[in-house]
This record gives sequence, C-alpha cells and structure tokens, in this order.
Amino acid sequence: MFRKYTVQLILVTLGGIITYLAYEELIGLYTLSVLMFMGVNIIMSTSLNLVNGNMGEFSCGHAGFMCVGAYVSSLLGVLLFSKDKIFGPPLLNPDLAIYFFPLVIIAGGIAAAFAGLLVALPSYKTRGDYLAIITIAANYIIISSIENLNVIGGSRGFMGMKKVINAMEDIIYLPWMVIWVFVFTVATVWALRRYTSSTFGKGVAAICQDEVAAEIMSVNTNKIKTITFMLSSGLAGIAGGLFAYIIGYVNPGSFNILKSTEALVMVYLGGMGSLSGAVLSAILFTVLLELLRPLQIIKWVVIPLLLIVLMQFRPEGIMGNRELSDIFPRLKRFYKFK
Amino acid sequence: MQTQTTSSMPVLEIRKMTQRFGGLVAVSNFSVTLGRNQLTGLIGPNGAGKTTVFNLISGFYQPSEGEIFINGTPTAGLKPHKVTSLGVARTFQNIRLWNQMSVLDNIRVAQHGSLDYGFFGAMFRTRSYVDCEAKIEKEARELLEIFELDKQADELPTNLAYGLQRKLEIVRALSEKPQLLLLDEPAAGLNSVDAQELIRLIHWIHETFDVTILLIEHHMDVVMELCSEIKVIDFGQTIAEGTPEQIRNHPAVITAYLGDDTI
Repeated sequence: MFRKYTVQLILVTLGGIITYLAYEELIGLYTLSVLMFMGVNIIMSTSLNLVNGNMGEFSCGHAGFMCVGAYVSSLLGVLLFSKDKIFGPPLLNPDLAIYFFPLVIIAGGIAAAFAGLLVALPSYKTRGDYLAIITIAANYIIISSIENLNVIGGSRGFMGMKKVINAMEDIIYLPWMVIWVFVFTVATVWALRRYTSSTFGKGVAAICQDEVAAEIMSVNTNKIKTITFMLSSGLAGIAGGLFAYIIGYVNPGSFNILKSTEALVMVYLGGMGSLSGAVLSAILFTVLLELLRPLQIIKWVVIPLLLIVLMQFRPEGIMGNRELSDIFPRLKRFYKFK
Repeated sequence: MQTQTTSSMPVLEIRKMTQRFGGLVAVSNFSVTLGRNQLTGLIGPNGAGKTTVFNLISGFYQPSEGEIFINGTPTAGLKPHKVTSLGVARTFQNIRLWNQMSVLDNIRVAQHGSLDYGFFGAMFRTRSYVDCEAKIEKEARELLEIFELDKQADELPTNLAYGLQRKLEIVRALSEKPQLLLLDEPAAGLNSVDAQELIRLIHWIHETFDVTILLIEHHMDVVMELCSEIKVIDFGQTIAEGTPEQIRNHPAVITAYLGDDTI
C-alpha cells in the first residue's frame, strides 16, 4: 500500500527541497522566478488543455481569464492588506495577509470562473470555429474593459502587491510565493486529474467524441460545458493571481492574445488531451524561453520555427493523447495518482 | 400502489404527432400506444420517417404538433437527457459509441442520469462519490459479463468487431435501466448469421429485462420473427398496423415496398 502515497511523498519532498533552497538562498532570484513561471505556465497549459484537449473546443482567449484573476486578486490583496494611494489605508491588519493570501488568490480564480461564463453560455449553441471567435472576443472584452478603468490604473497597470508579500514575510520569513505557486500548481493538476477521471468528468470526453450521443445518453451537456469552462477559466484566474504577485505589477497589455497563444502552444506541444503532456510541455516551454533569451528579439523567430519543425515531425505533440502511465505502464506499479 | 399505476399506464403514448422540416412533412399524424413489455416493430421504406420518430421520442426534435407521453409524463420541452431519465434509451442507426474511451467507460458515462454526486463530489472524493463510482463500476462490469463483453472491457470500441459494436451500443442503452428501449436498425450491416444471433439477443433482452421495445428494422425476417405488433409508415403516413401475419398480406405494405403493379 506504499504506492498509494508515492506521489504525495515525491511532491512533499520536491516542495520541501525547493522551499529550502529558496529559503537558504542557494538558488538565485533568477532561477527562482523561472521556477515560479514554470508553475504558472503549468496551470495555464493544463487548464487550457481541459477545454482544447479534453472537450475538443478551441479556446484562444485563455489569457483574458488570467487577466481577471490577476486583477481581482491584486486589487483585493492591496485593498485589504496594504496602504495604497487609491484605496487608502488597509481594511484589515496587514498581519493577517499571511492567512488570507491563498483566499485572495482563490477569489481571483472564482471571479475568473464567472468571467468564463462569457464563453460558456454561447457554447450551448455554437462550437468549433465560431466558438473560437467568441473566445477571442472575450479576451478583448476583458482587456479593453480594464484598460478603460482609470480608477485601477487603466492601461498603465496596477502595482503594490509586493507590499502584501513583504507583510507576509515580516511575520514569518519564508519564500511565500514559491510555496504558494507550488501548492496551487499541484492542486491544479490534481483537481484536473480528479475531474477528468470521474464518471461525471468523463462527460467532457463524451461531448468531445460525440455530443449528440452524449446528450441522448443522459449527459447534461450544457451543465458539463458550463462547469468545464468555469473550471478552466477559474484555474487560469489562479495562474493570473500568482503571476501578478510574482511580478508585483500587472497591466492589461501582458494578457493579450499573444499570451493566449503561448498557452495554446504549450497545449499543442504537449499533446491534446494529455495532462502529463501539458505539464511537460509547460516545463519545456518555460526552459526553452529562458535558454533562448540571449537571442533577444530573434527569439520569436526561432521559437515559432521550432514549432513548425515539431508539427512537421510530430504533429500529435510530445505525448499525443496518452498519459505518462500509458507510455510507461510499469510506472503504475509505483504510484497511484487519483 | 405504484406498480398498479405503471401497469395500467402505457409506457409510451404518442398522440397525433406531426413533424415538419420547412415544407417537408417528415412524420404526419403519428399515433401509437405501447403497453408494458410490448415488442413492436416500426418498418417502412427508406426515408419513410422512422428515425425521425425516434428522434422525436428521444427529445432530439420537438414535434410540430401532437404530444408524447412517457409513463404518463409529457415530454414537451424536455431536453434529451431529461427524456432519457424518464426511462427511454436508444441506439443509433450508424453506431455512435464514444470511440476514444474504453468499453467500460462507454457504459459508465451513460450513467450520468443517476449520479449521486456533482462537481464538488468529484473534487473532494466524498463518500457519496466513492460509493456511487463503486456501484457504477460494479454494475457496468456485471452487465458486460452478462453480454460476454467483459474481456473487452478495457479495449477501445473501434477495436471491436462490427457485430460487437452493435451489441455494445445495445448494452450501453440497457445500462440506463430503461423502461422503453428504442432500437434503430440493430441488424444493419450484419450478415445473416450475426442477424440471427441478434434476434436471439433481442428476444432474450425482452424477456429478461422487462423492457418495452420499439424496433426499426429493414431485415423483414428480423421484424417478423421478433415483433408481436408491427407498424408500417411511408412518407410519414401510417399505412398499416397489425400482427406480422396481417402486415405480410397487407396490400398497402406490398405496394409501398414493391411498387404498384400498374405501370
């Protein structure tokens, strides 16, 4: 019965090691931030994979929901725990930030989930290319709304999140961002795994493979679509919240269609419908971006070129629609991930 | 008390149902009453409107006119998954299994109507989730064993022989514990040996599962052998109904199938 806890054990060890290294400052700030962006990217790609891979819809406005999450959790955090020139003194004692921080991030996720309704509701009637256009529209609606809200900085952006993190570190000195990015990344992958492996969540795959048969075979397709879109965009919102607190600054420009495309690239790189593929490709993509950084502006010539090469020689992505355990069946003997 | 109401009430009652698609009248003035445990055939030439009748019963279309009652409940305005939960299950003319999930998962997903848990149950693996999933898996495996598909439980449906795919679709429909089973050309594409086996299977299902069956079929021998009652439609109109013996000699049916002898 050891294998029941292998995954937990590995994750706790890994989390512990990273936290320790960060705490002792054995790894530099740069490496640390790459690791944190890796976490954010994993959340982005796995959550988009739920819609594009598992449900077979084509969402290309994922960054819009990330933006909602980023702004809501930033505003909430600053409003509650730090002195700000717009909001004035903090509503709560900054000492409480340490307890409420995860809730602030989750609140951003919930707000993004509701923004997901922008896509979920039209999906009852449309699908495929037409829904893809709606997702782009949703992305633009969100960004433009925020750009026009001058109260929160408009297109100049919004900052002050570092103060919240500092307030947390003042109470107990730990690399809080590293810890929370790690926790939320693990929670995301776990939640998605649980969702797609349940009979309830298998309705998503049924919709992808034959929507008519799904509806007639008692699957409430509208409900499943709503929940799936809300879950996917909610997780993107959590990624956005973490992203905002890592950088300490958000502006609507960083959540434009390019950011959505990045998420799309990660999903297709990993293989449609493969959770482990989405995780691997997010890691790979983040590392690749950093390795190619010396190329500066040419980076964006080389990376798309790599994509073209990949699509030529391995159009199904790294993993296809298989999971790690399908490729290495022996692994199943060592772990159980549910 | 409840058995009394269900035994006296028809499982399916259709009153004067008409379906138009633009100017085309696909089904016109169609009425039928199916009592408990009846096995009725619905036949007619190609394009007669048989599958449209099925689509109307299963809620995929809303009839332009007329009413449908399942166990006395009107289905007007209900989405297909709601109609299914009233006790209707069906198969499709062209097999519509979910081909990228295992045989077992095909049966499991069909239990969506009777899930005891929702999204949060699945997230937090609550007691009701664990119990419900265990029950679904147990029942699905039992059902597959009854139909001798248990060895293929983890295969993809596409890897199954054509006849087995047909069978699996019927099993998937049965797994929803329907009171009314709609079979849309179950013998389509089967050779005569497989078709004979299918007849035995449907016969056996009908006796064992206490289910009312409405069957669309092109193989006349299948219909004649199975059904106690047959309804014939052509161009949406009901042209004959009765026992297999009556239908075989009905002039309107002969005309519909073989044409008029006046040239």
